[in-house]
Amino acid sequence: MAKIEEYIPIVGQPIIDDLRLLAEKLSGKVVQNINSTSVGGGVAEILNRMVPLLKELGVDARWDLIKGGEQFFEVTKKFHNALHGVNIEVSKEDFDVFLETSRTNMNEMNLYGDIVFVHDPQPVALVDKKQDKKWVWRCHVDVSEPSEEVWQFLRGFIDKYDSAVFSAPAFSQKLPIRQFLISPSIDPLSDKNKELPQETIDAVLRKYGIPSDKPIVTQISRFDRLKDPLGVIKVYKQVKRYSDFRLILAGGGATDDPESAEVLLEVREAAKDDPDIHVLLLAQNDIEINALQRASTVIMQKSIREGFGLTVSEALWKSKPMVASNVGGIPLQIAHKYSGLLCNSIEGASFALKQLLNSPDYARRLGENGREHVKNNFLITRHLKEYMLLFLSLYHAEDVVYL
Amino acid sequence: MQELQKAKEPFVFYTRMHLSELTGLRASTLNQLLQLVKEVNGSCIYHHTHRFLQQHQHLSPEPPNDFAYWVTEVLGEDELGEKLASIDVIQFNTIRSLREKIAETIESYLAENPMAKVRFSKENEEFHFMKSISFVMPTKYVAHDLNDFVEILGKITIDSIYYHIFESRLRLEKNANDFSNWFLTSLGDDRLAAEISKLDPYTFTLEGLRNRVIRIVKIRIDS
Repeated sequence: MAKIEEYIPIVGQPIIDDLRLLAEKLSGKVVQNINSTSVGGGVAEILNRMVPLLKELGVDARWDLIKGGEQFFEVTKKFHNALHGVNIEVSKEDFDVFLETSRTNMNEMNLYGDIVFVHDPQPVALVDKKQDKKWVWRCHVDVSEPSEEVWQFLRGFIDKYDSAVFSAPAFSQKLPIRQFLISPSIDPLSDKNKELPQETIDAVLRKYGIPSDKPIVTQISRFDRLKDPLGVIKVYKQVKRYSDFRLILAGGGATDDPESAEVLLEVREAAKDDPDIHVLLLAQNDIEINALQRASTVIMQKSIREGFGLTVSEALWKSKPMVASNVGGIPLQIAHKYSGLLCNSIEGASFALKQLLNSPDYARRLGENGREHVKNNFLITRHLKEYMLLFLSLYHAEDVVYL
Repeated sequence: MQELQKAKEPFVFYTRMHLSELTGLRASTLNQLLQLVKEVNGSCIYHHTHRFLQQHQHLSPEPPNDFAYWVTEVLGEDELGEKLASIDVIQFNTIRSLREKIAETIESYLAENPMAKVRFSKENEEFHFMKSISFVMPTKYVAHDLNDFVEILGKITIDSIYYHIFESRLRLEKNANDFSNWFLTSLGDDRLAAEISKLDPYTFTLEGLRNRVIRIVKIRIDS
């Protein structure tokens, strides 16, 4: 795993000096991160990078997981969909399952942090055990139009935190606690984003039986309805009439997402008669994802809802032109027609994809601008800085803080 | 390197980092925007007039404030957008006076263009009010004369330059930028102080600003 000095050639020495200055100000504080899974999905991925780097900078950051059975994760998946505005029934029994598992976790977990940093709704209820320490709830979900029932249920816990953090301005709600905007980030030195030799890229294509005889259009996402993989196949079919290309739909599953197997079956069914559609269920292998992105001519992210959509920054960091939905945190990463193309429908996505496949110079310019924007705003060094500022804000109420 | 006059007081370079605080307040029409511009905390006005400077510092030209961008891109009111974009921020020494100018610009546009009142943003494209929380810290860099100053200026972060040029003058209401203050009070160099003061920093990228200040100070050292 990369050391903090290795980021200097990318972001410059002064940025790293500033991170060290901030870390010194947090000396003596234990930051306890809590979420529900250590693998799969954006949150685990971010924590896997952030926690070691914070430690290296001198912040005593730790990471603990809550436990939950299949029933609990089915309920939290329902919560997740309901918070994204999906019309889904959540029964009293579901709420009871959530509360029961939360009580068990409360009894079993040692909540030792000076700052307890709780990620997403699964562990939100632990705050009932809050005493005199600082608690922050980090919401990675798009809650711009949540189901009122689930949101009000969660509000009973959220309001007890000292602060909340959201990934996009539209996710903020009127809350009685302070709320901050912190976008997630990508790690330019991780296996998923580092430079790769062409041989590695070619080897991954060979492994999955994907010839490089035509342009490749790719969507990397979990098999989840909110990522709209079936919509991507419809886009493919509309554009295929005018351009010959291959489509890759690739992603893994997460341990807290029981729905993904069902969606994968539907996608395979929709793609079964077309040899140019490649549906890949990947084990957690970041080099392969990196290689598939780098092998692509255009990358898509046609999500219906997004917490943030970090795959967009991953693709832009590789200077890839993108077609992505105008939802969640995606418009923060893509300025339409400047660093990619935004769409609001299958027809819009098809039109945008056609443009990019037919105008390679335009596509290249969008990709280059996208990389510059990511370099300035969505790399892990910016994220580390903002998390440390967030921790410091818990001890200062004023708008200008002298440290 | 030539011996230069030592400053009465050394210049301590500070850095400033910021965090965006969400308010949950949003506007979907010009009337709502106007009302909230008048009511929100001054840190919100500061945030929305200075965010682009840092977030898009590699771009030039770039819309200089969030109000102008939203009014143009979301409401399609190009004329008002242009008026808001061209508010000369360097002319204002306080957030209060800047806020009044923004409100007055929207108000008079609405009076002349009553149809603008019926425009509203699409869902998910509302204007979200945020405020800037600044964290100010001394760095390890201290200048005792102009040679030190130029050398350090070449290597500090753009956050530090931002703090001394923009934040000190307007948000902390010091009237002039910190560099000019130091040239004047610690080096007695009113000419150099005036030269830096007369720059309009809002028309530079931060890297461009760094280079311009270095150039001006180097010319002064050589003269």
